[in-house]
This record gives sequence, structure tokens and C-alpha cells, in this order.
Amino acid sequence: MDTFYYLVQNMLPVSIPLLLVALGGMFTERSGVINIGLEGTMLSGAFAGALFAYAIQGSGLSPNMILLICMIVAAVAGAIFSQLLSFAAVTMKANQVIVGTAMNMMMPALILLISKMTFNSDGVTTSVRYFIRKVPVLGDIPVIGDMFFKNTYLTVLIGFLILIISTIVLYKTKFGLRLRACGEHPHAADSVGINVNRMRYIGVTISGILGGIGGYFYSVGITDGNINGHNGVAGFGFLALAVMIFGQWQPIKIMFAALFFAFLRTLAYSVPLIPFLDNLNIPTDYYKMMPYVATIIVLALTSKNSRAPKAEGIPFDKSQR
Amino acid sequence: MENENYIIEMLNITKEFPGIVANDNITLRLKKGEIHALLGENGAGKSTLMSVLFGLYQPEKGEIRKNGEVVKINNPNDANDLGIGMVHQHFRLVEVFTVLENIILGVEPTKNGFLNMDEARKKVVELSERYGLKVDPDALIEDISVGMQQRVEILKMLYRDNEILIFDEPTAVLTPQEIHELLQIMKGLANEGKSILFISHKLNEIMEVADRCTVLRKGKCMGTVDIKDTTKEELSRMMVGREVSLKVDKKESQPGEVVLSIRNMTVPSKIHKNNAVRDVSFDVRRGEIVCIAGIDGNGQTELVQALTGLEKMLTGSINICGKDISKASVRERSIAGISHIPEDRQKYGLVLDYTLEENLVLQRYWQPQFQNKGFIKFDEVRKYALRLIDKFDIRSGQGPVTIVRSMSGGNQQKAIIAREMDKDHELLVAVQPTRGLDVGAIEYIHKMLIEGRDSGKAVLLVSLELDEVLNVSDRILVMYEGEIVGELDPNKTTDEELGLYMSGAKRDDVKEIYNAG
Repeated sequence: MDTFYYLVQNMLPVSIPLLLVALGGMFTERSGVINIGLEGTMLSGAFAGALFAYAIQGSGLSPNMILLICMIVAAVAGAIFSQLLSFAAVTMKANQVIVGTAMNMMMPALILLISKMTFNSDGVTTSVRYFIRKVPVLGDIPVIGDMFFKNTYLTVLIGFLILIISTIVLYKTKFGLRLRACGEHPHAADSVGINVNRMRYIGVTISGILGGIGGYFYSVGITDGNINGHNGVAGFGFLALAVMIFGQWQPIKIMFAALFFAFLRTLAYSVPLIPFLDNLNIPTDYYKMMPYVATIIVLALTSKNSRAPKAEGIPFDKSQR
Repeated sequence: MENENYIIEMLNITKEFPGIVANDNITLRLKKGEIHALLGENGAGKSTLMSVLFGLYQPEKGEIRKNGEVVKINNPNDANDLGIGMVHQHFRLVEVFTVLENIILGVEPTKNGFLNMDEARKKVVELSERYGLKVDPDALIEDISVGMQQRVEILKMLYRDNEILIFDEPTAVLTPQEIHELLQIMKGLANEGKSILFISHKLNEIMEVADRCTVLRKGKCMGTVDIKDTTKEELSRMMVGREVSLKVDKKESQPGEVVLSIRNMTVPSKIHKNNAVRDVSFDVRRGEIVCIAGIDGNGQTELVQALTGLEKMLTGSINICGKDISKASVRERSIAGISHIPEDRQKYGLVLDYTLEENLVLQRYWQPQFQNKGFIKFDEVRKYALRLIDKFDIRSGQGPVTIVRSMSGGNQQKAIIAREMDKDHELLVAVQPTRGLDVGAIEYIHKMLIEGRDSGKAVLLVSLELDEVLNVSDRILVMYEGEIVGELDPNKTTDEELGLYMSGAKRDDVKEIYNAG
């Protein structure tokens, strides 16, 4: 049972960055823009967040206060960084895949450059202890307390809060309806007076915000608040793309997909704790490949039935009817 | 005041595009509560005029008045604010949304920031009952018929309280029964005080519903007439500028031996899980035109693609003059005697950025006549192209070296017809050969099809136009949901009967005839 609790407690902080970034990707793609640049967006948020945490870690603020402040900083950084995509893809009607790729290549280099210049290292190292051993009161609930409120991070709670908000926004508001229309049939949206380009700017910006937060939460939950230009976010941006597709561009399914991938990764790192797997004597590197191998397999098997927003990736041209 | 009755007046509208005057001093006045038809051939300027009214284009000269007051319409939102709504020829509906979501899109009622679907549903149900527009508010657009999709488009306008409704070629995609229903709905709307602009080139429909009709020809206004004082012949004369025969002249067909024989053809669909063509069997004989009729999307496209080799069949066999070509490549089929006038002439028929002469030898450049050891004999190509251009009267700016993209639709089609009919063939497969062409070009193409038939070729025509089906063919096969549900004699059937078959309301067991033999 303890192993089970251990797996859940470790899985959740890993799943949150995937969840948030995939939700961000969902908002962009639902508006009709493909966002390959999620990896870069995550890095921008992770770097800005960690940098700000570094700056204020000595100010005596509580770790969770620092987390909230840095989350906002990461969101702003991600939002600004994502404007590269919206300007190029929406206003200039550039090829969205190429723009996204450029964003991914640019950010690690930028992190290395700034880090070398300021710290003479490859990244930012902070000393904030975000870890929560036990949430008061809630942590005492049997089973649920053990699963969700012990050995965890504030990120988990925020992550699920954002999931709920995203679901409501997408399905229950005017904005959500219009956004989805822009990704499916922009000319229909245009003919009823919806400003397609504006909606797409908003869609990309939301992915910037969520991508930035997701990147920062990656550094909080997985790399102890540090980030460097070499390892970056270990392909989590691309993994999030897979999560989004696996989740069929729907928030709740995306959550399950994120949990699935996070579970595989946690399992890979927990092999020594599970006697059955440990006895197989397979080098742990193979287990660590699992989430990435699973991505390939899952996408190969599911992409045939996947229903992507119809107009995604196609620049909106008003005059084409 | 003279203009008191007019709800919308478009006065002396002139709209120019580089090199062409699309609308030349056109005046159109719409009375409140009338159905006003706008008649003209393709390229006559109907769409441009409506785009001006809908705010998509700004005219160089002229003004638009609503209830006598000059208004400026800069974009579709302005038009909407003035109560002008439009049903586009290609529907503007989000397929994965429900009917209700599509109707409210852009004018969503909200409560505390959330969508208020209950209020929307109440209003939609009320409107649909009042105007007799039956829809299921919770059905997805992709699951409902084209006729119902059109009713959704109409409800979209009514939901926005539009009082001037523009219908752009609304009957092109409907069955005769649905057309009848739509015309009734339009009359009902007019009785309720809505004013309707009805763009069409179908004279029967205009005669049936319209109160008045404005005719355009080559960008100029030919006048406005009261429908009760005019005839179909007069309208068509105004539209084309000369006498046109509305009936196709042809002799009785003399069917010979079987040229094409298809047995149990099944073709999978690329769009949905069911098969697009299901166990279809039929023959086409020398000297007859067999027409496959049906509403768009009932498997005709897939059937032709499987026949010409563009798609693979799941099961079944195809024979041309006794030779099995079920697994042959496109070129082998072409050599075996199939000529193909494809549905989408710009996508499958021509390489638009090639010259006319290159397009004319597209299927034959490898033959000894046109190549020597892999090098193309350009002088032969030129000679051949000139001969075809002359024989088929293909008009273009620079003759054989014209880039095909710059040619008119009618002449592009002529180029395809020239290429396909001049090559040795036994069977001509023509898919919607007259789509988007003007009356003159249509006449020409019908003449060519009949000439082909009379010279002993077999012709398989796929058409969505009822008039064409009834006038040109010698035998009609009706396709519905991938199956052939009826075989009819054009001389003995009617619009109504054909419509019943096309909508699946009536069906015979046609398969038996062929499977037994």
C-alpha cells in the first residue's frame, strides 16, 4: 500500500506540467493554430519563474507565496513568448510548424546565453523548498489524504483548479463556443461577425500562459526548482502535444492521458521500490524510455480515429470562400 | 413618396475589378414582403452585387438605401445590423456543433457569463414552429441532411431578426421534394413580412415563387420584370441575349453491345466507416448515355474514382469490352478505352500552371507520336494542340502556350473534352461536365456528349442537375447511399418520381437484373 501511495504522490506533480501544457495546446489548436512551440514556451516560463524565485528567495516570503508569485511571472513570460507564434502564424500567415520549431530551438540557447552571462553556469539554481510534507487537516483523511495531501506540491491543487476552469470556459461560455468555431470552420465564425484573428491570438496567448506555468511547475515538481539550458524540460512540451492528441482535444480526456504518461514515468523511476520489476534485472534506462516509447505507440494506434479541429494549421484567409 | 414601398434600394451600383466591370450601373429595388429573383448566368455579376449589399465589396459608384435612407455597409456586421441576412451557397455551419450552437454562434445569450442554452432553445423552437422549419436542436450538423442544414441557415437569419433575406442559389443541393418545401418556406416568410432576394439561374423556380425578377447579363442590368407578365422563354432570352433551346435535340438511342460492365462493386469511404459504394452492378452499352443521378455525396464520386482507377475497390469487377480491368492502373484503363471528364476539372482534369498544349497531351506524351527515346517532340505536340484547338473551338489568350489557369471555366472544360474525346476510347465517363458553366457552354457540352453517343461510344454521365439528367440521358440509374435504387426511362419518368428515388423514399431491386444475367 505504501508503494501505491508513493507512486500516486510522485505521479501527480509530474502529471501537472503535462496537463497544463496540453490544455494550453488544446486552446491554441481549438482556435485553429498548431502549436509545436510548446517545449520552448515551457522553457520560457520555467526560466522566468526560476529566475524570479532566485531573486526573491532571500526575502523571507514563504515558499508557497514565492510559488504563486513566480507562477504569475512564468505565465506572463509564456504569454509574451507565445506572441512570436501568434504574430507569425496569425498576422503574417507563416507556416505554423516552422515557427514553432524555431521557438523550440531559440529558448534553450537563450537560457544558456543568459545563464552564462550572469551566473557563469548553465542555468538557474534556487534554494526554495516547495515540498509540502503534509497538508493540515486534509492530510489526515484516510486513503484520500495519503494519496493527494501528503508529500506533494501546491502545483497539484492549482493544476486541477485550472483543469476545472478550462473545462467550463471551453464548453459553458460564449468565448469557448466562439473559440471552437474558429478552429473548426473559421469562415462560419467570420460570417456571424466573430473576429477570427483575434480569437486565434487569444487562443495562442492562453497556451503561452498555461505553457509558461506548466514549465515553471515542471521545475518545481521535478527538478527541485532548478532549470538549465541543457536538459531543459526533457521533452515534456512534446509529450504534452502527445497528451493533447491522445486526449482528443478534450480537457477531461487530456487529464487521463496526462496521468497515464506521468504514471509511466514515475514507475520508471520507482523500479527499485517494486520487487517484481526490480527482480527482472532490466536496466532502469529501459524503463525511463517508457513514456516516450508509449507516446509513439499510442499515437500510432489512436491517430487514425482522432478528430483534430478541422481548420487547425490553416491560416485564415477572409477572401477565400 | 415613390420609394416608400422599397425596403432596400441599390441605386446605380458600379463595381470594377482590374480589367473588368463586374457591375455596370445596376439598380435593384426590393419591396417589403416580396420575393425578388436575381437571374443571370455565371459571371453575370449576381454574386458581386450581393457581396456589395452584404458589405464584402465597396462599390465605386452608386448608393444603397434602406427605407429611403442612404446607408453605408462596410462589412457583414453592418449588413447584419441593418437586418440583412444571407444563406450562402456553401453553408457556413460548424459540423461538430449542434444545430442550436450553430444558430446562436455570434449572438449567444448568456446568464452570469455562462451560455444560456435554455433561453436559446426556447426561441429557436418558437421560430421553427412559427415558420414551419423543422429541425432537431440537439442534432449535430454532420448527422443531418442537407435540407435540414439549410433550414438551420434560415433559422440563423430569423434568430437574428433579419428582415431582408438573401438566398444564394439555395436549390442547387436539394432534391425536388426539398426544393418544393423550400419554396413553400420562402413564400411563408414573405407572407410574414420578410423581404427575400432569391439568386438563381433556374427558371422554373423563379416562375413558381418570385413576384419580380431582375435580370443581369455580363455585368449589366437587363431590366426588372413582373413574373406574372412574363414567360420562361422571355426570361431566358433576357439572360442569354439570344434564343436558347431549353430542350436538348437528340434522336432515339440505338444501344449496341455492352462496353462497360460493373459487377458487385464495393468501395470504402474515406469520410465515414460505411462503404461509399455498396454492391453496385450495371452495364453501359454502345450508343447510349447512361446517367447516374443522385444527390451529391451518395457514392457517385467514389464509384467513378474506382472505375477510373483513382481509388481501389473492396470487391467487385470491372470489364471494358470483355477485358477485366479490375486491378489495372489508371494508364492501363485509359488505354483500355476509358476517357474521363473529372468532377473537379481544376484538381483532377488539368495541371493549371501548365500550358494548354502540355495539358492536351497529358495522357499521350509517352506515345511514339509525341516522344523519341524519352524526349518530347514539341513540334508534334504543337501541331496536335493546334488541331484540337481548332476542332473544339478552345478559346484562349495565346493559343497553345496559354497558361491554363488564366482560361475561363468553359474553355478549360473544352480543353478536357478535346483531350478525352480525341483519344481512342470506348467509354466516356463525364462527371458533372456542365457544373458552373453558362448556358452556351452547357449547350455545347450536351451536343458533344450526344455526338459521342451517336458515333457509337458508350457514355456514362454523372449529374446532379435534374434537367440534365432528364434531357440528355437515355437511361437513368439513381444512386442513394451507395446503392443503385432505381433504373428509369427518362421519357417515362417525372421530376417527382426521380426525387422520390433520390431521397430514398422509393426503391426497386435493380441488382437482380444483372446478377441473374
